[in-house]
Amino acid sequence: MSRFLFPLIGFVVLLGFLAFGLTLKPSEVPSPLIDKPAPAFTLPQLANPGETFSPDAMKGKVWLMNVWASWCFACLEEHPVIRELTTEHGVPVVGLNYKDIRNEAISWLNRHGDSYLVTVSDTQGRVGIDYGVYGVPETFLIDQTGVIRYKHIGPVTHDAVRDTILPMIRELEK
Amino acid sequence: MNRLWLTLISVLIALPSWANNDPAEVRLQGIAAELRCLVCQNESIAASRADLAVDLRQQIREQIQAGKTDSEIRTYMVERYGDFVLYRPPLKTTTVLLWFGPLLLLVFGLLILAITLKRRRSALADKVLSADDLERAQALLGQIKDPGKQP
Amino acid sequence: MIPEIGHFALILTLFVALAQGGITLAGAARGNATWIGFARPAARAQFSLVAISFVLLMWSFIVKDFSVSYVAVNSNSQLPWFYRMAAVWGGHEGSLLLWLLMQTGWAYAVSLFSRQLPDVMVARVLGVLGLVTAGFLLFVLLTSNPFERLVPAPMEGMDLNPLLQDVGLIFHPPLLYMGYVGFSVVFAFAIAALLAGQLDSAWARWSRPWATAAWLFLTLGIALGSWWAYYELGWGGWWFWDPVENSSFVPWLVGTALIHSLAVTEKRASFKNWTVLLAISTFALSLLGAFLVRSGVLTSVHAFATDPRRGVFLLMLFAVVVGSSLLLFAIRAPKVGLGGRFELFSRESLLLVNNVLLAVAAGAVLLGTLYPLFIDALGMGKISVGPPYFNLVFVPLMVPALLLIAVGPVANWKRAKLRDVLKQLNLPLFVAVVAGVGVPFLYGRWSALVALGIALAAWIATAVVMGIFKRMRATRSGLLAQPRSWMGMHIAHLGMAVFVVGVTLVMGYETEQDIRMAPGQTVTAAGYELTFRGVRSELGANYAAQVGDIVLSRDGRQLRLMHPEKRNYFFSEMPMTEVAIDANGLRHLYVALGEPLADGAWSVRVHYKPFIDWIWIGCILMALGGLLAISDRRYRLKRREKRTAVIAQEAKA
Repeated sequence: MSRFLFPLIGFVVLLGFLAFGLTLKPSEVPSPLIDKPAPAFTLPQLANPGETFSPDAMKGKVWLMNVWASWCFACLEEHPVIRELTTEHGVPVVGLNYKDIRNEAISWLNRHGDSYLVTVSDTQGRVGIDYGVYGVPETFLIDQTGVIRYKHIGPVTHDAVRDTILPMIRELEK
Repeated sequence: MNRLWLTLISVLIALPSWANNDPAEVRLQGIAAELRCLVCQNESIAASRADLAVDLRQQIREQIQAGKTDSEIRTYMVERYGDFVLYRPPLKTTTVLLWFGPLLLLVFGLLILAITLKRRRSALADKVLSADDLERAQALLGQIKDPGKQP
Repeated sequence: MIPEIGHFALILTLFVALAQGGITLAGAARGNATWIGFARPAARAQFSLVAISFVLLMWSFIVKDFSVSYVAVNSNSQLPWFYRMAAVWGGHEGSLLLWLLMQTGWAYAVSLFSRQLPDVMVARVLGVLGLVTAGFLLFVLLTSNPFERLVPAPMEGMDLNPLLQDVGLIFHPPLLYMGYVGFSVVFAFAIAALLAGQLDSAWARWSRPWATAAWLFLTLGIALGSWWAYYELGWGGWWFWDPVENSSFVPWLVGTALIHSLAVTEKRASFKNWTVLLAISTFALSLLGAFLVRSGVLTSVHAFATDPRRGVFLLMLFAVVVGSSLLLFAIRAPKVGLGGRFELFSRESLLLVNNVLLAVAAGAVLLGTLYPLFIDALGMGKISVGPPYFNLVFVPLMVPALLLIAVGPVANWKRAKLRDVLKQLNLPLFVAVVAGVGVPFLYGRWSALVALGIALAAWIATAVVMGIFKRMRATRSGLLAQPRSWMGMHIAHLGMAVFVVGVTLVMGYETEQDIRMAPGQTVTAAGYELTFRGVRSELGANYAAQVGDIVLSRDGRQLRLMHPEKRNYFFSEMPMTEVAIDANGLRHLYVALGEPLADGAWSVRVHYKPFIDWIWIGCILMALGGLLAISDRRYRLKRREKRTAVIAQEAKA
């Protein structure tokens, strides 16, 4: 084979990668926490700060932790989908209210409906850092033993619920 | 809403003690400059003014005060955000080609150069006359107008 | 109506470009003079049509026609008129129109300045350019029409991205695109030569000024982009190894290799295959850059908003243009002759080593830029490759290349004597050692990297000055009497030395302080005192600003007031930092406002940047060198000779 063909061959390989690259989402960063125990925390509940919540309370259940904030526009967009998950599919969803102001968060819930099992306040964003949150909203799927199984980045959509989240939950619940 | 946010950030920024050229701050800069801010995608945590970057700088600051080493702090970040957060990718099986690729390219390039030069010499040695003839022929055809040899 | 005319002009251009590509290339293949004659008028027509379309888009911006979607997205009624004009290339669609304007403009320039070339050659070159233009036109018309209407028309536009509301936007993209697109001319010459099977020193001589011209624009474009990022982003950095920056830098590196390789091909008829491959690669890498920026496969601060269809189309365009060229190369290259003889130690060999180093450096930057994509595509996770990697890999590759800059010009063509070369390098070596040891000593802090950088710069600069003096003595004539291309080379090399000084000293001795400043508080940086007086509010044309007042003084003597700003643009609500810089050619004091803190205090960043201007001055010198080289007499002489030859022939007939 002629050595003058090498540039063309190299180019075709590069093209292959670039074409494949078009199908990827460069801004989504996979979490290294998948299949690792969910980081422990104890945070005050949004509704009554005297009480605290800790993920241990959810042992034995397959549940979702949804990171949201009242200042986050996309959270409003996904809110009906979260409600659908809790009310129609009976999935327990815990809200992690991320770097928010308490009054704002409460009035946001009053305005748009509150279907969370419980919402906890991460005012400083410390728990957010432990969970590797880098953009709100994010949603974590945690199994009976407290292991993170899946992380959804960005607003949860109907498609994501139907194609990924619900099947995973049903599988885990078996 | 933005304003509210701003106050929140300012409170967070104002909390730490502001030390000028403190060795801990220099260390912080060094670590943060090699960490990628995830929100802004292409700024370092040292350069970015995004909230998350501010929080993470604060995290690093606290860990330095707690006596953690640089690599412990980097591990802390990787455990949460993955290798993506490191601007200097760790040497692993998946990054061998990245780290040794340039060296490989250089060796390969110089090798090809050496082979080409050698092959060329022997090829030209065989037909010195014809090459010169060709040049003369081209010169006659007026295609080569050598602007004079320059020193 | 106006936007529709603009759109229609683009459609017409597509037909002209396709016709030009088909007719002239077929004409060249068959030797049909009429068809060949179509090349020049078609080039003129394309340029005129695209210019009309460009002016009409600009007009829509000037008259604030927000019914045009692109105008509505990229401007608004409060935007000052000069930014409204520059906003034409502030977004994806319009910047492509600028690209097309440059593309057809270069083709038109070829048709004007190619009288000394055989018509067949010109026809092939313009035919290839016509096909490239057609590809881009299809891309614009099918995926990125800048004249698309919005129904109903909005009353007000969104705003131009505040980062772009700067003089940098006015000049950076045009210069950069002139460079990118300019390499398409060199590419077209290479393809034309391959098609004709006429890869010789004449081809190299014709391509050379075009390559140098494109290279000098690219140099200026990159330098201006760096300067813009430096003061507009407010981070104090001048180069970030960002994917988009890299995708302009890789063509620059390969283009630099190309102009050196072309020199050998012209003078000695050697490395023809290598030169032609470089000519194809340079333009291919420009196209790759366009793909990376506009397809969204890589994340970057500079990337355009993306649409997957565009990525697919651009990739197809890239595949067709580059794939067919490389196939043509594979078919034709084996038949190309070897050219003149030279010894292992000769200027030819040195230039080849320089080419290898530049190509490997380009390969390394490309590898680092694309590696995250490769890893992701192979399902092996997500990684980042950033400045630490690039600095570590790039610097060692550049050191030998910089060493060679002094050696190449003193080595003879064909055969150089090592002893003669070394003799001429005694003085540069001496100056390099003295400067390398001395400069860090003057700065009071030893650093091996600074010593190395300064030594390299001194080595190059001394060799350049010596070379100039020697030649002046040998020819017994003044500086201005020397050939311009020769002067150009030396000026560009000197520019490299200046650039290296800037980079070395900035990286070695810059300081950065991120501090809380209460009104009345003073901070010292590099022997200067900066006193914070406070922050006041001011109203701009389309933004509200918080303006800081900082007194700069030295030893208690007040020098000037500095006004860093923090702006909030009304429409985008994006906070922007406007830095204040005190420059004196030897250093910058760079002040940026951070965030407001309690009690009127602010977080303030103060940078001290020694010799940072030299980075950009070096680039300007390089570009100036290029300009001198293309203005050389011999390129013009050839034309006159040809004309007299033609007249003589006609007289005979």
